[in-house]
Amino acid sequence: MRLFPAKPPPGPFRPGFFRSPLRGPWLTSLLGSLLLVAMFLVSITGLLSHAAYQPDLGANAIVPTGADAPWLNIGWPTHPSWLYALTQGTHVTLGIIAVPLLLAKLWSVIPRLFAWPPVASPAQALERLSLLALVGGALFQFATGIVNAQVYYPFKFGFVTAHYYGAWVFMSALVIHVLVKLPTIRRAYRERGVLKPLRESLEQTRPEPYDPDGLVSERPAEPTLSRRGLLGVVGAMTAGLFVVTAGQSIGGPLRRTALLAPRGRVRGNGPNDFEVNKTAATAKITPKMTGDGYRLKVQGRKTVELSRAQLLALPQHTEHLPIACVEGWSTTQAWTGVRLRDLAVLAGMPASTQLHVGSLQEAGALRQATLESGQVADERSLLALKVNGADLSPDHGYPARVIVPALPGVHCTKWVATLDFRA
Amino acid sequence: MSRIRERYGASPLHLLGHLVVFAITLWAISHVFDGREPWNFVVWFVAAALLHDLLLLPFYSVLDRVAQALPGPRSAVNFVRVPALMSGVMLLVYFPRILDRAPGNYTRVSGFDPEGYMRNWLLITAALFMASALLYVGRSAAARRRSR
Repeated sequence: MRLFPAKPPPGPFRPGFFRSPLRGPWLTSLLGSLLLVAMFLVSITGLLSHAAYQPDLGANAIVPTGADAPWLNIGWPTHPSWLYALTQGTHVTLGIIAVPLLLAKLWSVIPRLFAWPPVASPAQALERLSLLALVGGALFQFATGIVNAQVYYPFKFGFVTAHYYGAWVFMSALVIHVLVKLPTIRRAYRERGVLKPLRESLEQTRPEPYDPDGLVSERPAEPTLSRRGLLGVVGAMTAGLFVVTAGQSIGGPLRRTALLAPRGRVRGNGPNDFEVNKTAATAKITPKMTGDGYRLKVQGRKTVELSRAQLLALPQHTEHLPIACVEGWSTTQAWTGVRLRDLAVLAGMPASTQLHVGSLQEAGALRQATLESGQVADERSLLALKVNGADLSPDHGYPARVIVPALPGVHCTKWVATLDFRA
Repeated sequence: MSRIRERYGASPLHLLGHLVVFAITLWAISHVFDGREPWNFVVWFVAAALLHDLLLLPFYSVLDRVAQALPGPRSAVNFVRVPALMSGVMLLVYFPRILDRAPGNYTRVSGFDPEGYMRNWLLITAALFMASALLYVGRSAAARRRSR
């Protein structure tokens, strides 16, 4: 029984419809290999970010616990202090600058979408279904991640949960795809050399030899670009995105060229002129809540209530620590305040104790965070009262905020109301 | 073994591997179904693939054909392609800020209005095309001098 007519319908299903002389197994293998390296790093740093939120502690979990991969809960160190700035900066920046490579890879295999007959065997049917998971998954992960970094939510589902489960679909489909295609990739590299076709000039550029998979055009047009040239165009697109993006994470002179980065702006020279993730107005923090009546409640074996003046009278320490956002931007500032471990001792607890931090913010996500004992014990972990020598601004968490080395920015709770040390 | 290969079209390992992928996919989707708007998740998943394969790719392919059909020397087309692609991919990635989508969200989190993205993108685009044009003129002049 034949499911499909032997003759393909007109249009892209006909051989010879796609005419680029550059498409072929070697080109796709090279683009795929490069993309694979990028996707490996983006996946690893994404999973590390999940771990950095320490979803096993307190109410930290955003993705429902129990419906999760518990072996990801590896704990999170405080050394080096720029660890999360590095991993998350890599996740977001590499994800953004890999867009041209993803587009080029998909361009190189588009004839396969219109293969005729659409299904030739059960194996091929399964493979095509897994490719929907792979291509849909890749585009879904890129699209949701990129719009999230620009705080634009055109969808109705929750970003974190969807991006997390989407990642598992994408990663598993990618693994099987690489395994299935490994023989094709090895053959292409063996027959044509890994980089040798990049030496050909435009005049020397010929289509790859016929391949049964239908990537090579049966009616190739005259080339307008060498393979080296194509890689160069992809490289130029990547470099362009890097220049307008990376400054929000790397800082330095690149901050000036981060012209399209969502958080690349230089706001001014004041001590509090650096990026904010949630303003006091948004969190509904009023001057009355942070004024003379403000008391920090420190709980442990005993409960202590401290005014801001009393906090300032405790031993003060200054640390240069980055604040690194899950959206990819980061900035290092000089924070001054009381060590968390000193406050633990004040509450009659050992310096190394789990800590639950609550904010004055009364409603909304991420107004609390639980830290593990190692993070509390670290000498550089502060309840910051000042930044760069000045009082914290309301948007940066006045009267007091947590700052812990290598901790994701949203867990460095602002407008701290309670510190609850738990044995 | 060979009968499976004949009927199925590949080795049993191929089948096993794909079944693992579908199990993970179903696991992921079932958990997303515990959350908000599960169908919206599935729609976006499939729509992402369709939008790219049936809209974006044909769109830029047609644009490329148009560029190739423009009068002028054949070698000129890459001097249009490169700046157009560089500018185009920036628009694709940063359209929410360039086209000022949901500016209220941005202001609520950052405390600032998201200003200047459209202007920056237009300036970058103009600079890219200008640089490309200068490069083209320079190269053509050098080629003419050589041929004389």
